[in-house]
Amino acid sequence: MDPECSQLLPALCSVLADPRQPVADDTCLEKLLDWFKTITEAGSSLLLLQENPCLLGLLCHVLKPQDLSPRVLSFSLRLAGMLAAQEDCFQYLQQGELLPRLFGEAGPLGGAAWTAPSVRSGWIQGLRSLARHPSALCFLADCGAVDTIFSLQGDSSLFVASAAGQLLVHILGLSLQGPAEGHPGLQTGDWPVCAQKIVSHIEESLRSAATPQITQALNVLTTTFGHCHDPWTQVLWGRLSPLVACLLEKDPVPAAHSLVDLLLSVARSPVLSSSSSGLWETLAQTLSHLSPTQAGPLALGILKLQECPQVLRAQAFAVLLQPLTCVLEATAQAPGLLDSLDGTGGASVTVDTLLPSKAACVGLLCRTLAHLELLQPLPQRPSPWPQAPLLGATVTILRLCSGSATPTSDAGGHLCAFLVGCVRVQRAALDFLGTLSQGTGPRELVTQVFAVLLEYLTSPDSSPTVLKKAFQATFRWLQSSPETPGCSDLDPHAHLFLRELLPVLPKRLCSPCWEVRDSGLEFLTQMIGRWGGQAGFRRALLASEVPELTEQLLRDPESYVRASAVAAMGQLSSQGLRVTPASPEHPGGQQKSLLAELLHILSTDSEGFPRRAVMHVFTQWLRDGHADVAGDTERFVARVLQVASQDLDWEVRAQGLELALVFLEQTLGRPSSHCPYAVTPPVAAPPSSLAQALRPLCRVQLFEFAFRALFDCDRPVAQKSCDLLLFLRAQTASYGGPQGSGSVPEVASVEAALQRWQAGDQGQPLGYLEPEVVVAVLRSMDLEGLRGALAESSDRVEKSPQSLLQDVLATVGALGEDEADCY
Amino acid sequence: MKLYCLSGHPTLPCNVLKFKSTTIMLDCGLDMTSTLNFLPLPLVQSPRLSNLPGWSLKDGNAFLDKELKECSGHVFVDSVPEFCLPETELIDLSTVDVILISNYHCMMALPYITEHTGFTGTVYATEPTVQIGRLLMEELVNFIERVPKAQSASLWKNKDIQRLLPSPLKDAVEVSTWRRCYTMQEVNSALSKIQLVGYSQKIELFGAVQVTPLSSGYALGSSNWIIQSHYEKVSYVSGSSLLTTHPQPMDQASLKNSDVLVLTGLTQIPTANPDGMVGEFCSNLALTVRNGGNVLVPCYPSGVIYDLLECLYQYIDSAGLSNIPFYFISPVANSSLEFSQIFAEWLCHNKQTKVYLPEPPFPHAELIQTNKLKHYPSLHGDFSSDFRQPCVVFTGHPSLRFGDVVHFMELWGKSSLNTVIFTEPDFSYLEALAPYQPLAMKCIYCPIDTRLNFIQVSKLLKEVQPLHVVCPEQYTQPPPAQSHRMDLMIDCQPPAMSYRRAEVLALPFKRRYEKIEIMPEPPPRPTQPTGGKKRKRASDDIPDCKVLKPLLSGSIPVEQFVQALEKHGFSDIKVEDTAKGHIVLLQEAETLIQIEEDSTHIICDNDEMLRVRLRDLVLKFLQKF
Repeated sequence: MDPECSQLLPALCSVLADPRQPVADDTCLEKLLDWFKTITEAGSSLLLLQENPCLLGLLCHVLKPQDLSPRVLSFSLRLAGMLAAQEDCFQYLQQGELLPRLFGEAGPLGGAAWTAPSVRSGWIQGLRSLARHPSALCFLADCGAVDTIFSLQGDSSLFVASAAGQLLVHILGLSLQGPAEGHPGLQTGDWPVCAQKIVSHIEESLRSAATPQITQALNVLTTTFGHCHDPWTQVLWGRLSPLVACLLEKDPVPAAHSLVDLLLSVARSPVLSSSSSGLWETLAQTLSHLSPTQAGPLALGILKLQECPQVLRAQAFAVLLQPLTCVLEATAQAPGLLDSLDGTGGASVTVDTLLPSKAACVGLLCRTLAHLELLQPLPQRPSPWPQAPLLGATVTILRLCSGSATPTSDAGGHLCAFLVGCVRVQRAALDFLGTLSQGTGPRELVTQVFAVLLEYLTSPDSSPTVLKKAFQATFRWLQSSPETPGCSDLDPHAHLFLRELLPVLPKRLCSPCWEVRDSGLEFLTQMIGRWGGQAGFRRALLASEVPELTEQLLRDPESYVRASAVAAMGQLSSQGLRVTPASPEHPGGQQKSLLAELLHILSTDSEGFPRRAVMHVFTQWLRDGHADVAGDTERFVARVLQVASQDLDWEVRAQGLELALVFLEQTLGRPSSHCPYAVTPPVAAPPSSLAQALRPLCRVQLFEFAFRALFDCDRPVAQKSCDLLLFLRAQTASYGGPQGSGSVPEVASVEAALQRWQAGDQGQPLGYLEPEVVVAVLRSMDLEGLRGALAESSDRVEKSPQSLLQDVLATVGALGEDEADCY
Repeated sequence: MKLYCLSGHPTLPCNVLKFKSTTIMLDCGLDMTSTLNFLPLPLVQSPRLSNLPGWSLKDGNAFLDKELKECSGHVFVDSVPEFCLPETELIDLSTVDVILISNYHCMMALPYITEHTGFTGTVYATEPTVQIGRLLMEELVNFIERVPKAQSASLWKNKDIQRLLPSPLKDAVEVSTWRRCYTMQEVNSALSKIQLVGYSQKIELFGAVQVTPLSSGYALGSSNWIIQSHYEKVSYVSGSSLLTTHPQPMDQASLKNSDVLVLTGLTQIPTANPDGMVGEFCSNLALTVRNGGNVLVPCYPSGVIYDLLECLYQYIDSAGLSNIPFYFISPVANSSLEFSQIFAEWLCHNKQTKVYLPEPPFPHAELIQTNKLKHYPSLHGDFSSDFRQPCVVFTGHPSLRFGDVVHFMELWGKSSLNTVIFTEPDFSYLEALAPYQPLAMKCIYCPIDTRLNFIQVSKLLKEVQPLHVVCPEQYTQPPPAQSHRMDLMIDCQPPAMSYRRAEVLALPFKRRYEKIEIMPEPPPRPTQPTGGKKRKRASDDIPDCKVLKPLLSGSIPVEQFVQALEKHGFSDIKVEDTAKGHIVLLQEAETLIQIEEDSTHIICDNDEMLRVRLRDLVLKFLQKF
C-alpha cells in the first residue's frame, strides 16, 4: 500500500466505524473491497494488518453493540474473511478471538442486524473468502457455521440463498481436497466430518417432499459437478444417483428444471460420464418422464454432448422434434416427411396433449424452433439431419401462422386457430428457416420455401419485425441457392423468385412504417452487394422502381432510414445501378450528382447515423476507385476530411481517419489490401522522393485533420489518429535518410501550435504544411508516449485508491463542516 | 322474449326484440349490395354505358333487352338502383314502440320504416349518429336524384323470368321487395322522430324496461345498448371497436352480467388487419402518384376517411408527396369535415385534450389550411378549374354505382398509371368493378374495417360472460371460402344461438321474477280508455270488467276431463298427445281443446254457447283463489 493511502486509512476507518457518519454508497464500499483484494492477493495480509492497526480497530469496533449501518457491517465481515484467507493472518485474528465473534453465534448472526439481507450476504461472502485452508475448516466446524449455511439456502433473498448454496459447494470441495484426492475408491464413510455433514444434508433434502429443498440440493450438486472434476465427485454421484433416480418416479417430477441441469452437468463431467454406468439410462428415463416443455432443454443438452450413446441421442432428438411431428401430423403432410421425423419417438403424441392451449402451443413451438436453430450448426448435430421434414414443418408452421394453410383435420384446425397471426412463432420460424438455408432440400420444398417467404414479404399483415426476419431468411436462401454451372449468376429458380419479389420491394420502401422501409433498404443493400455485378439481377433491378425510390429515401424523415438509404445508394452507385432519369416526365433537368448529395448529407444532416453511413460509403468508394471519386481524388478527400473534422459525432471523425488511411496507402503506393477484386485506380508510379510522396497528403490537408484528431476529446479518435501517424512515420522511414528537415522556425511554429491544440485551444488552423515540415514534426513528436497514455483508460486518475479514499472522506468531511456550522 | 330478425346482413342488422310487453327495434340497416346488380349512373353522358348491348335469352328472345344490359359477360339492370329493405311482413311494424340506433351506418333504412309502416314510436340515437347519418342519407339521395333516370325496370323481377336470368340476378333474394331510394322529405320526416341521447343516459320505456346507450368505439357517437328490467338484462352489441382510432373507447364493463347478448356488426374482413391495410393503402398511393398516376378512393363521406386523412397527414412528407393535391368530393364533404371537429365530447381522450389547447382534434384541418386537402360538393363547378393531376380523389359511392366516383372510373379507368384503392369493406370490389370492365387501371383492395374481430370477441365474451349469445348465422361457422379457419367464428359456451333473415327466435331464458307493488286500495279504474299509442302500461291491459276475475291454478287430468265431457254428452272424443300436452278433439262439433302445461285453448268455430260450456267444464278442474 502506498504511503498516501496508508495515511488516509485511519480516517476512513473512523468514518466507517462512526454510526453518525453517513456511509458512502455501496459502490464505494465495493471498490474499497476490490482494492483490499488486490492488496491481499499481492502481499501478506498479516503485514497489512500490522502496518495498519486501524483495520483491526474497525473490525473490533463493529462488534460493539451500536446502531451501525448494515452496509458497514457487511463490509467488515467481507474484509475480515478476505484477510483471513491467508493462514498466518487467520491465526493472528484467531488469537484475538475476533473471527468467532464476527462469524459465530455471538456476532451479528444472533443480533438484530441479521435481518438485513446485506449482512447475511456479507457473512456468507466473508466465510467464502476465509475458507481457503484446513484451519478454516476446523473453524467452520467449531462455530457451527455449516448449519447456518444450510438454513440460509432457503433464505428469502435470492442472492443470499444462491450464495449459501455456492458456499456449501466450496466447503465440500475444500474439505475433500486433501484426504480424498488420489483415492477414488474411498467411501463417503471415510470422508471428513464436514463433508459427511453436507452430504447427509443433501441426501435429506433429496428425500424431502418439499420441492424448494429438492431444488436446493439439486442446485448444489449441479454446481459441484460443474466446477469440480476430482475423483471424489464420482463417489458422491455414486451415492446420490439412486436418490436422484427416485425423483423420477414421482408424478409430476419435482424441480424438473434443476433436475435437468443436474443431469446435464453430470453428463458433461468427464469423470462422471465415463464411469457411471446408469447415467444414460437415467437420462433416457428422464426424457420419457418429463413433460414436453421440460424435456426440450434436456434433449438439446444431450444432443450437444460430445460423447453420448447413439440410442439416447436418437431419443433426445425425437423428443425435440415431437412438436414439429405433431404439426406435420395435424396438417396431414406427406407420410414420407413424418417417418423421418418420427424416428424412435415411440408412441406418437397427439396435438391435444402436446399443444393443448394457445399459450402452451406457442411457447413450445418457439422453444423447439430455437433449440433446433442452436443445434443445426453444431458438428455433433444428429446425423442424418432431417433437413426435408424440418423444412416441411417450418413452412407448414409459417403457413398456419399466416392462415394460408388448409388443414383438413380437426387438430389442424385447432392448431391453425392457435397460431394464426402469432408474431412470436413467425419470428422463431423465420429465424430457423434462415438457418436451414445452409442445407439443401428437395426441389419442391425449396419452391415452397420461396413461396412462403414471398407470401410473408407480400402480406400487408406481416408485422415489421416479422418482415425483417423474412427479408433476412430470404437473403440467406437466395445466397444458398445453387449457382448455375459455369456462370456466377443466380439460378433460374431464384431468378423467378426475384422477378416476383422486386415488385414487392417498392411497396415496402413506401411503407408508412419506418422499420419496414429500413429493413427493405438493408435487404436491398445486401442483394446489390451480392449480385450487383450479375446481368440478370441488374436488368431486373433497373426495370423496377427500386433505384429511384431508394434515392428518394435519402430525404426520409427517419434518420435510420436515411442511413440505410445512404448505404444502399452507395452500393447502387458502386455497381453502376444508379438511374439518372432524363425523361421529360422528370423535369428538373440537371440532377444533383450522388456525391454532392451525400456530401450535403454529411455536412447538414442533424443525426449521426446518416453521416456515419456517408463516411462508410465514401471510404468504400475511395477504396474501390469509384468513378466519381477517381476523377479528382484529392479534391474529394480534401472536401470530405474538411467536413468530417468539424463533425460533432466522434464516429464520423474516426471514420474520417479510416478514409485518410486509405488515401495514404494509395498515395504512398501501397495497393489497398482490403478489396482484392476491386478495380484499383491507376496508381502513379511510386514517387521518387519522400517530399513528392507526401505532397498530395499535404494538399488535401490530411495532416491538419490527423493532428487535430490526435488531440480529440474522444479517445478512440485520438488513438486511431496516433496509429495513423505512427504508420505514416514508419512509411517515411522506409524512404530512408533525413530528407528535408524543413526550416527550423516553421517546425517550431507548428509544434507550438500543436501544443496549444493539446491544451485545448484548437482555434487556429495550421494552414498548408510543407512535406519537410511534416516529417520533422512527426519525428520530433513522442507518438509512442502518446499512444501509451491513450491506451490507459481515461478514468485512470479517478480510479486510483487514493482518489477513492479521498472521495469517501470528502463526502463525510462536508458533513463535518455542516456540523461545525450548526454549533 | 322473442327476437324477430328482419335482416340477414350481419353488419347491417335490423332486429325486433319483444321484451316485457315492449317492442323494440334494434337498428335498421339498409342492405345496399343490391345496387351492384344495376348499371352505374353516370354524371356525364357515357357513350360506353349507353351503348351496351341488351341482354337476350339463350333462345334469342330479346324481350328483356331494354331492362338488362350486358357488359363483359355480366348482366346488369338498366334502371334506377334499388335497395333491399328489411323484412316488413314478419311482424307488424306499426306495433314497434321504439327504434334504437347504434351507429350511422345502421340507420339507412329508417325512412322506409318510419314513413311507410304506420310506425308511431320514437327513435333513439346519439347526436353524431343523427348528424352524420343525415349526411349519409343526404349524399345518397343527392347522388341518385341528380341523375334522373326515366326508365324503371320491373319485368325482370317476375319470378318466372328471374329464374331464366344468369347469376347473380337469378339468385337475388326478395327482389319484389326492393325499393327505390327515399326522398329528402322522407329523410327529414324520419329524422324528426329521433330523440337524442347521450352515453350512459337511462331511458325509461313505459316503466317496464330501461334502455341505455354505451360507447362502442367504432364511429363518432356509435353505441351499444343495454335493455334491462329489474331482473333481466339484454345487451345489444352492434358495430364496436377496440382499436385506438378517433371515437371514444368502447365501454365493455357495462355489458357484464347480461342474460342475453345480441352480437352483430363484427368486422367483415376478419383476415385483414387494419394497420397492415393502412400501410398497404399508403404505399400503393405513393407508388401510383410517384409514377404520375392518379389515385381514386371510393368512400363514404365520414368514418374511416378521417383516419385515412390523419395517416396521410403523417405520411405525405416522408413519402415526398407534399405537392400532391388531395380532393374530397361529396355533396356533404364540407359538413362532414366540419362536424368531425365539433363533436369533441364523442372523441377519444387524445383528441378531446386537443380541443382544450385549443387545436382542431383532427389534423385534416391543417391539410385544408395548407391547401393540401380541398373539398368540393361535386365535380362540377370550382373543382373543374382547380383540378390538377396527378392527384388523390376521395369520393362516393363505394358501390361505384352512383356518385362522382362513376365519372372518375370512366375518366381514369383506361390508364394503367391510375389506381383505384378500395377501403370500404361493404361491397365486393370485384362486383363493384364489373360494369367497368375491361379496365386498365390498377385495383387495390385494402378493406379497413375496425370493428371487432373474432379474437377480440372471444376476449370480450370471456370478460363480460353473458349467459346466452345470439348472433347472425354467419358468425357461427367459418367463412365459406376458408372453411378450415376455425378461428374465424364465435366460440363460446353455451354455443351461440344463430339467426337468419325472417326468423323468429325465442330467447332462451325465462323470466322468473317480476317486481310488483301491492297497494292497499284496488287500483282506480281508468276514467278514460287510453288511445292505441302508449298502451302498454300494466293497468292498460286490465279489461273493462266490473269484477276482478279470480286467479286459477292446477292442471287438468285428461282422462277425468274426457269422462266429464262424455257425461255432458260429447261422444266422439279423440285425444292426441303432443309435445307439450294433449289435444282433445270433439270431431262432431269440429272443436279442439288444446291442453298444455301453462295454457288451455278452446278452439271452436263461432259457437259461443259451446265455448262457454266447455270453458265451464275446464274451470271445474281448476282451483280458484
